[in-house]
Amino acid sequence: MSKHMRGSIAVLGTGLAGLGDAGGATEQEIIALAAHKAVVSSGLVMRDIDGIITSSLTSPWWVMRMSEYLGIRPRFSDSTMFGGSSFIADLKIAALAIDAGECENVLICYGATPRSVRSSTHINQMRAELDPQPYEHPYKPFNPVSSYALAAARHMHEYGTTREQLAEVAVAARRWAQLNPDAFSRKPLTIDDVLGAKMISDPLTVRDCCLVTDGAGAFVVTKSERARDFHDKPVYVLGVGHAHWHRQISCMEDLTVTPAVDSGRKAFTEAGLKPSDIDVVQLYDAFTINPILFLEDLGFCQKGEGGAFVSGGRIAPGGDFPLNTNGGGLSCVHPGMYSIFLIIEAAAQLRAEAGPRQVRDAQIALVHGNGGVLSSQATAILSSHV
Amino acid sequence: MAMSESKHDFTAKVSAEGRYFHSLANGILEIPHCIQCRQFHFFPRPLCPHCGSDELEWVVPSGKGTVYSTTTVRRAEGDYNVCLVDLLEGPRLMSRVEGVDDPSTIRIGMKVRAQICQKTGSPLLIFVAEEMS
Repeated sequence: MSKHMRGSIAVLGTGLAGLGDAGGATEQEIIALAAHKAVVSSGLVMRDIDGIITSSLTSPWWVMRMSEYLGIRPRFSDSTMFGGSSFIADLKIAALAIDAGECENVLICYGATPRSVRSSTHINQMRAELDPQPYEHPYKPFNPVSSYALAAARHMHEYGTTREQLAEVAVAARRWAQLNPDAFSRKPLTIDDVLGAKMISDPLTVRDCCLVTDGAGAFVVTKSERARDFHDKPVYVLGVGHAHWHRQISCMEDLTVTPAVDSGRKAFTEAGLKPSDIDVVQLYDAFTINPILFLEDLGFCQKGEGGAFVSGGRIAPGGDFPLNTNGGGLSCVHPGMYSIFLIIEAAAQLRAEAGPRQVRDAQIALVHGNGGVLSSQATAILSSHV
Repeated sequence: MAMSESKHDFTAKVSAEGRYFHSLANGILEIPHCIQCRQFHFFPRPLCPHCGSDELEWVVPSGKGTVYSTTTVRRAEGDYNVCLVDLLEGPRLMSRVEGVDDPSTIRIGMKVRAQICQKTGSPLLIFVAEEMS
C-alpha cells in the first residue's frame, strides 16, 4: 500500500458479544450482537453499512450468510480467510475499497463458539479432510500446537531462549486479564504453574497455549475525513502490512523468522513511524513463543533477544512495555481467529476507555495478527490522531 | 541409498503426489529436482517452487538428513516424536525419528537416515538415528 493511504480510514465503534461461554447462542447470533453494538456506537444504523468483510474457519459462504443474517445488501464484500490474522489484513482490503469509492462504511466482524459447541474434534477432523496436508498429517502433529512447539524448540536451540521466558508471556497475560472483567481466565498464575502444567507438545504446556473460548467482535471503518461526523474518538489506521510465505510448518524457511518482518516493515513505512514511537502493543499470542518472535521480527528488539525482552515482568502491568493489555488469547478470549480482539483492545486503549488496565497517554498502538502456523502475518499501526 | 538419477517426466497425466507415494510403496524414496535451477524441492509438485520451471526430474536422494527441529507429542495413547528433517540435498520435510525408547531424547542437529515404514496401510517416510542404521 502506498503512502497516500496513511490514515485514510478510521475505526469508529466496536462491539463484543458472547465472550467466554456464549451459553448456547449460535455463532451468527453473537456476531450479530457484536455487530449491532459496533454500528450503534459508530453513530450509524445497519442500513448505513454498505461494505462487509468477515470470514470463517468452517464456512466458505460466510460473507453471504452474515450479510443475509444482518439484512445487508453490500456494495462491497470480501471473505478472504487468512486464519487468525484475517481481521488486520482486512483493514488493508477495507482501505483500498473505500479509497476506490466502492463503499463508505465497512463492517468487519467475526465470532465462533468452540467452547459451548462440543463438536470441535469432529470439526477438526472435517477440516483435515477438506484441507488435506498429505506430507504432514500422517505424522500426527497435534496442530496447531506441535507446529509452534517446533518453532519454540528451534528458537531455544539457536538463541538459548528458556521455558521460563516463555512462561513469562503467559504470566504477564494473566496479570493483565486480572484487570479485565471481560477476561475468561483470571485466577493467579505463576511461572512454576506454567512450567508444571500438563505438557502438550514439548516445550509447550497447556499454559503456553491459548484459551478455547466463545466470543464475537465487530467494528466499523470509514473514510477518515468523515469519521468525526459520526464518532467523538475515531481511531486512525496509519499503516497496514500483510505477508505470507508458507502454509505448512515444514515449508517455513527459518522457524525463528516469520513474515512479520515484511508485514511490520510495510506498516511502519506507510505510517512513517518506528518501533520506539509505539505506546501500546497487542500481539497475537496463540502460544507463548509468538510474542517473542513478533517482538523480534517487528523490530522491538534484535533477533534472539525476545526471551530476555519479555523477562522480569517487563510486559506485565507496571512494566515499561505494556503488551496484550486485555489478557490476550492466553487469558482473555480466543474463539479460533483472534485478531479482531487485538483491534478492539487497541481502540479501547487509544480512547482511554480501558479502565483499570488503561495505559497512560496511549496515543499510538501496534496490533499484529498471526494466522495458520506462523503462516500469515498482518500488522497495523493505529492512532488517536492522524 | 546412493545418489543415482532417474529421469521421469512430470506431466498432467501423472500426479506428482501419486508418483511419490507409489514409489514409497515400492520402497523407493524419490524427490523432485529442477533441471533449470538445479535445486531440489519437497513436497513434490509439477512446478519448481524456486524458479517456476516445469522441467523437473525425479532423483533418489542420499537418504541422509539432520533434525532441524523436534517435539514430543504427549497423547493419552502414548508419547511420540514429530520432527522436521533437512535432507542433505536441501529440502525440509516433516517426519518422525523412530528406534529410540524415549522420543524426548531426539535432539536438534541429530544425524538421521531415511527409512520407509510399511507397517501401516500407507507407506511412510521415517528416519532413524545415523549410528543405529
